[in-house]
Amino acid sequence: MSINHSGIPRTTPRQSATFTQDINSEIRRAAATGIYDIRGGGAKRKLPTFDDLLFLGASISRYPLEGYREKCDTNVTIGGLNAANPIHLEIPITIAGMSFGALSGPAKEALGRGASEAGTSTTTGDGGMTPEERGHSSKLVYQYLPSRYGMNPNDLRKADAIEIVVGQGAKPGGGGMLLGQKISDRVAQMRNLPKGIDQRSACRHPDWTGPDDLEIKILELREITGWKVPIYVKVAGARPYYDTTLAIKAGADAIVLDGMQGGTAATQDVFIEHVGQPTLAIVRPAVKALQDLGMHRKVQLILSGGIRTGADVAKAMALGADAVAIGTAALIALGDNDPKWEKDYNKLGTTSGAYDDWHEGQDPAGITTQDPELMKRFDPIEGGRRLRNYLKVMTLEAQTIARACGKNHLHNLEPEDLVALTMEAAAMAQVPLAGTDWWPGKSGSF
Amino acid sequence: MQTYDLANGSLRELNATLHAQNKTTNQTSWKIINPRGAHAIACGLDSPIEVAIHGSTGYYSAGMNQHATVNIKGSAGPGVAENMMSGKVVIDGDASQYAGATGHGGLLVIKGNASSRCGISMKGINIVVHGNIGHMSAFMAQSGNMVVCGDAGDALGDSCYEASLFVRGSVKSLGADCEEKEMRPEHLEILRELLVQGECDAKPAEFKRYGSARTLYNFNIDNAY
Repeated sequence: MSINHSGIPRTTPRQSATFTQDINSEIRRAAATGIYDIRGGGAKRKLPTFDDLLFLGASISRYPLEGYREKCDTNVTIGGLNAANPIHLEIPITIAGMSFGALSGPAKEALGRGASEAGTSTTTGDGGMTPEERGHSSKLVYQYLPSRYGMNPNDLRKADAIEIVVGQGAKPGGGGMLLGQKISDRVAQMRNLPKGIDQRSACRHPDWTGPDDLEIKILELREITGWKVPIYVKVAGARPYYDTTLAIKAGADAIVLDGMQGGTAATQDVFIEHVGQPTLAIVRPAVKALQDLGMHRKVQLILSGGIRTGADVAKAMALGADAVAIGTAALIALGDNDPKWEKDYNKLGTTSGAYDDWHEGQDPAGITTQDPELMKRFDPIEGGRRLRNYLKVMTLEAQTIARACGKNHLHNLEPEDLVALTMEAAAMAQVPLAGTDWWPGKSGSF
Repeated sequence: MQTYDLANGSLRELNATLHAQNKTTNQTSWKIINPRGAHAIACGLDSPIEVAIHGSTGYYSAGMNQHATVNIKGSAGPGVAENMMSGKVVIDGDASQYAGATGHGGLLVIKGNASSRCGISMKGINIVVHGNIGHMSAFMAQSGNMVVCGDAGDALGDSCYEASLFVRGSVKSLGADCEEKEMRPEHLEILRELLVQGECDAKPAEFKRYGSARTLYNFNIDNAY
């Protein structure tokens, strides 16, 4: 215990739980610059997650399947409701939309290579389709975004599916952002904008508003593409029951639902951390909407936002998703935030694992940059191999859990296989609190 | 001249037939009758054919047009010629909102009036409107030219980039970061050519030019709205 100069014992210096060091540093930064903090990635705050759920596994009442021997299928077909050519995936883990511009050309190539080798799809982003990306992706989903950067009917017809992006988990209600540092000649040309300016994409589509318009927009896209490819609708996890209902009503073949842990190339930190809902909280309302309309398993649900492991995949599917999408995790598999670049991260005032200034284009790993020198650090063939390995491990992990629960297909996992560790997770996932047969809000409970 | 009657046929069959025309087709002239406000008529065309639609259309007619010339002999619903890449779309009547939205190229001529958000997010298309345009037109317009022979509504050119906006009549208000610009000889020449192409007898000297003040190109707290 310290003593002051009068000999009176002093209380220990006490940090405020309200004005934390993090908060104080942000206040000082805001006061110095006059601009909100912009960063990449998804929500970093502590949230209820799939980690708050456990699988029960087999017992006397359920018998398991033999690991490595008995069949446990992982395939999924997306878009069979209306499209002549639905997408058949070998694994239910897809690569989420990430733009050329936000990512380097080689990074997009690596995503295509890895996804194709693993038997799944990758997705364009807010910047159009590059030939490299199309060439290296056996199944490519073309995003149809409010900005319509690079949108053209020729690329639309090259796509294996079209994803109409209404919202993104990191920023429900916000548009994309690509700051001037990353606007190279090629990026500028693809987006029809001057080099070096801050590109702030529109937050809503320019030529439709509301579900009735969306239905007609989907009709137009189907007519242009001859009713051949599936049309997904991507929404942020804001109002999942109603958004899923309205997307189905509008004629979507699949719903992509993105929770607030889902990443973005760049947006305001306040947006990432304070708008939207955790991925755990959004899946059951969306599944209920599908079930209420008799469309569960007919219109596929692709869940994204903080999916990291095969356990996350299995839990998402047990709660009713048909597939998942990964973005941030895929970038980490490629080499993003790798400790081997620690000295370079330190020079940028950060550390590996925490680096999120993707918008500045100085990524030491050479992934979220358009700097030719930094891009040389990234090998798309090696990156693709790493992504393939990671996708295969996730799949094996999910199969391990499914077999332990006695399921011969990942789609056969069900909420009954799960319990929750916390009251919050029990309420959100609508599965029993561990050791009970109860969850908050369960019909018949108090 | 090939005639397709939408009263007796389907939209799918019509569009599939038009899409099947290639650059060497000898069926270059099409007449569509009884459109009755149907949506997505003649969208996604990709050959140098001429399509005349006898009547008014619903949403997204001639959407994403490439190479074709489409003449709507009536009025057009929302999003006519949206994301047009090339070719020409002419509307004899009025156009609803979002006309020419995000268009990358080609020429859109509206002989009547256009509603709100005409030319929103345009990316290289040229638009000639004989009458007036509604509010928020040329919002986030990136490139291309818009010629308005009548008046413009509120918030013209809000947050626009490098598009040029020519208005002969009054402008109710300019949007954020949009200002009147100097009309130099090269602009008068562009305007003259577009008026000829748009079959409009207005004189270039009667117009004012508007465009981006470029204060929002890179974020500055003092320029924030």
